Amino acid sequence: MELDTSHAQRTLTWTARLLSALQLDGPLLTGIGLLAVVSLVILYSASSASWPVVGSQASKFALALVVMIIVAQLPSRLLMLAAPWLYGLGLVLLLAVMVKGEVSLGAQRWLNLGFVRFQPSEIMKIAVPLFCAWYVHDRPLPPSLFNIGVLALAILVPVGIIAKQPDLGTALLVGAAGAMALLLSGLQKRYIFGVFAALIPTAWIAWAYLLHDYQRQRVLTFMDPSNDPLGSGYHIIQSQIAIGSGGIFGKGYLNGSQAQLAYLPERSTDFIFAVIGEEWGLIGLVIVLFLYLFVISRCLFLATSAQDTFARTIAGSLGLTFAVYVFVNTGMVTGLLPVVGVPLPLISYGGTSMVTLMAGFGILMAVNAKRRLVGH
Amino acid sequence: MLKKKKRIKDHHGEQRMFTQRAVVATGLIALGIFALIARLVWLQVVRYEYFAEQAQGNRVRIEPLPPGRGLILDRTGVPLALNAPSFQLEITREQVPNLDATLAGLAALNLLDRENIANLKRDIKRRRSFEGVPVKLSLNEEELARFAVRQQDFPGVEIKPRLSRKYPLSASGVHALGYVGIVSEADQKILDSDEYAGTTLVGKAGVEKSYEQELHGKTGYQQLLVNAQGRRVDTLGGKTYALERKEPTAGNDLYLTIDERLQSAAEEMLHGERAAVVAIDPNNGDVLALVSTPGFDPNLFGRGLSHAQYLDLYENPEQPMYDRALKGVYPSGSTIKPFMAMAGLYYNVIAPLDTRMCPGYFRLPGVNRPWLDWEKKGHGSVNMVKAIKTSCDVYFYSLANTLGVDRIHDYLTSFGFGQTTGIDIEGEKKATLPSTAWRRQAFKDKAMQTWYPGDTINIGIGQGFLTVTPMQLAHATATMAMHGKRFQPRLVHAIRDAITGEKRELAPIVLDDAKSNDASNWDVVINGMQEVVKPGGTAVVAFSGAPYTVAAKTGTAQAFSLAKGQKYNAAQLSKRMKDHALFIAFAPAEQPKIAIAVVVENGGHGGSTAAPIARRLFDFMLLPPEQLAEQEAKRAAKMQKAQVAATPGDE
Repeated sequence: MELDTSHAQRTLTWTARLLSALQLDGPLLTGIGLLAVVSLVILYSASSASWPVVGSQASKFALALVVMIIVAQLPSRLLMLAAPWLYGLGLVLLLAVMVKGEVSLGAQRWLNLGFVRFQPSEIMKIAVPLFCAWYVHDRPLPPSLFNIGVLALAILVPVGIIAKQPDLGTALLVGAAGAMALLLSGLQKRYIFGVFAALIPTAWIAWAYLLHDYQRQRVLTFMDPSNDPLGSGYHIIQSQIAIGSGGIFGKGYLNGSQAQLAYLPERSTDFIFAVIGEEWGLIGLVIVLFLYLFVISRCLFLATSAQDTFARTIAGSLGLTFAVYVFVNTGMVTGLLPVVGVPLPLISYGGTSMVTLMAGFGILMAVNAKRRLVGH
Repeated sequence: MLKKKKRIKDHHGEQRMFTQRAVVATGLIALGIFALIARLVWLQVVRYEYFAEQAQGNRVRIEPLPPGRGLILDRTGVPLALNAPSFQLEITREQVPNLDATLAGLAALNLLDRENIANLKRDIKRRRSFEGVPVKLSLNEEELARFAVRQQDFPGVEIKPRLSRKYPLSASGVHALGYVGIVSEADQKILDSDEYAGTTLVGKAGVEKSYEQELHGKTGYQQLLVNAQGRRVDTLGGKTYALERKEPTAGNDLYLTIDERLQSAAEEMLHGERAAVVAIDPNNGDVLALVSTPGFDPNLFGRGLSHAQYLDLYENPEQPMYDRALKGVYPSGSTIKPFMAMAGLYYNVIAPLDTRMCPGYFRLPGVNRPWLDWEKKGHGSVNMVKAIKTSCDVYFYSLANTLGVDRIHDYLTSFGFGQTTGIDIEGEKKATLPSTAWRRQAFKDKAMQTWYPGDTINIGIGQGFLTVTPMQLAHATATMAMHGKRFQPRLVHAIRDAITGEKRELAPIVLDDAKSNDASNWDVVINGMQEVVKPGGTAVVAFSGAPYTVAAKTGTAQAFSLAKGQKYNAAQLSKRMKDHALFIAFAPAEQPKIAIAVVVENGGHGGSTAAPIARRLFDFMLLPPEQLAEQEAKRAAKMQKAQVAATPGDE
């Protein structure tokens, strides 16, 4: 018996050493890993038992993991140095997309560089908070009105371009990432309340002039799904039927009739949360939500224990953006928020946003690496 | 002296502030998670029964209710397109256990073509799973019975009563009216899929297509209670449910400018010919008749075309699908001469009473080959009125030569030649109004890019590079009738709103006036055109005894080459080598009510073949009823006799 324990202990120590050598955070990695497992298992069901889909998702996880590990090795100082350049590059690419991007499904989001096709808006999910953290690093906090103005501009310009593509989901997440950085840099309470007060007229203007017809329709349908039962209301109605009919314990793995009989649209991507709800019930969803809560709070814990303003701000805002991600998707699927095309992070099928997410976690780990304790 | 001291970073304070905010954020996130869980409890515990029932296969299904398509009526209210009930076979994918087996089963019952299965399958997969997709339209009684006895073997396949499109007058006016057909893959890319859920037929051509938005209406829906097999039930577990129903709104009705009497009279006279007629009310651009023969039966498309029917329409050498009135491009022949005369007066290169000597040919200095007049012995000394009346070629060779091609181009442009007229249906051709600039761009070969003076001379009598569509010709004639005032031709003059029942008249669209610098120019040319139907003119026979004044011009155009893709056929060739007959006219000359252009392919002379059609339509439009009846009786008696020989007085 004693021998076994020591063996187990040795394995643990060895793992801890490996993690620390790779600058990785054990608890965070565990949370991410558990969510990845949930993803692969539920995807098998949501894709009607398609191994290719599961395999493809697994390989995307592997790729994203490699990206995360590589990013985690980067010195914090290098990240800080790169921040404004990455932001500039992202902005240039966004403009390039606007001028000569590829139109797919009615939206101009893709940039084809010949060898690879990608959405520059993904870069902005990281570049915007990175830029904000870099900007506030050397400046006294809470930021002066002038600095708030500069940051607001740095956030709103890319958000505006992305929203115009039109890609409301990504615009929202990029905006949230910047806003979180601003909040964590100690934005005064009066400004926070001021923004909330300004939100009402802004929403009105956006409604009247900026939103596309289909986006307006989505909001209307969210208010009353039966308004458009043949169109986008169909998604909301069907996903609520799926979740509600799952009950406390669920219908059992591979047994969700809504999902298996294809009533539920986009069940592998944006609406995968409803598949979990139907097959694993309330219990399954609560477990998933607690996994998310664990990952988010671990991110915030790492942020508070970071040593300098840059590290704190970037780590904190990436963690909070992840939370926004979770809430926008689950809120949409459960009918609490309008339908905005945002996937459930780490669980939904799809590669681009996963790589960005994991790169974000990599940054979080990089800026918290112990060996750079002594700074400045 | 610093007023504001530069603030210094307070690292400890910042750390404290950050931790504080992070804690608040964590608290808010936890709160959010619990709000979500509360929502989940509401959905999964409190409302569990409700959702479980819906998902159990016992659920409320949403069925779209397609709207009734708007009717199309002629200007006097005669219905041209209606809706008639019919039965169609529909498949709803989500209720079919095995799609391949179901389609094969239907083919075995002879309800589907076996060759069509692959296409149908693609169609079905493309539509949403809860939508019924039509697989066979307009079932007859025998087919209905055949399916009814085997219905229980085909879950998810239903007979649906639907409104299908009916054209009571069959081929009459088909090129203006257009037709509806099954929503195709290409249509689906443009149409709003919600608005067209449950809609089988969509406008494919003519007014049916261009006014699709007015005609379609708004789709409604109803909720149905269905059991696990997808069959409709009234109660579930003894409970009844309040089911929603939103009625569809029918499409708006269209009132065409077409007068069915004129339309069918012209069609009847042109039976067996390849021809086009366009009659326009010069006062507002209303198209009174738009004829292109041969036509086809638009009812075929609403039923779904068989292979044989398809070949008969699309591979037919007579090209019934081809709208000659808008797309047919013909040399104008002598019908261009009145407009050429207007150009001469506008640029002051000739006066009305100036005469030219017509010896039967025209020579250009330095060119060996003479341009011949249709009258070998010549017309002697002719002024403008006589030149139009007798259609003297030499006069217009000379005039065109003096004007030069670019002035001709600029002037005729103002009458709408070389452009689409903008009529409210698709497919109109521009034809060619040549100029030196045009020739530079039209040919790749450098040697072909130069405009020669000889080219201009051909244009003077409407040959050579100049081509027109019957629509353009009618529009220009209407413009002449109105002394230059132009209206955009239109096929719809009023729309009746399906909800309010209110008939809304559309205002005529005024175009820029044709160029004119002296009002008396119109009188000279129109006087010449009136002479055409008087003794010694080229169209005297057709209008003898007409109690109204007519201004007209005949034309004959060489049909020089075979149509593309046409096989050599000796029997047909003799007919196809004949010239095209053209005719333009308007009446009454002083207060015009109708302007017309007639083109009969290989019809020979304009005066004998094309003019009688114009005469009959004018009678319909202008004579009081009793006189018209008398005229029609006379005409019928004449038809009884043998064909009247062509008048030698024609050009």
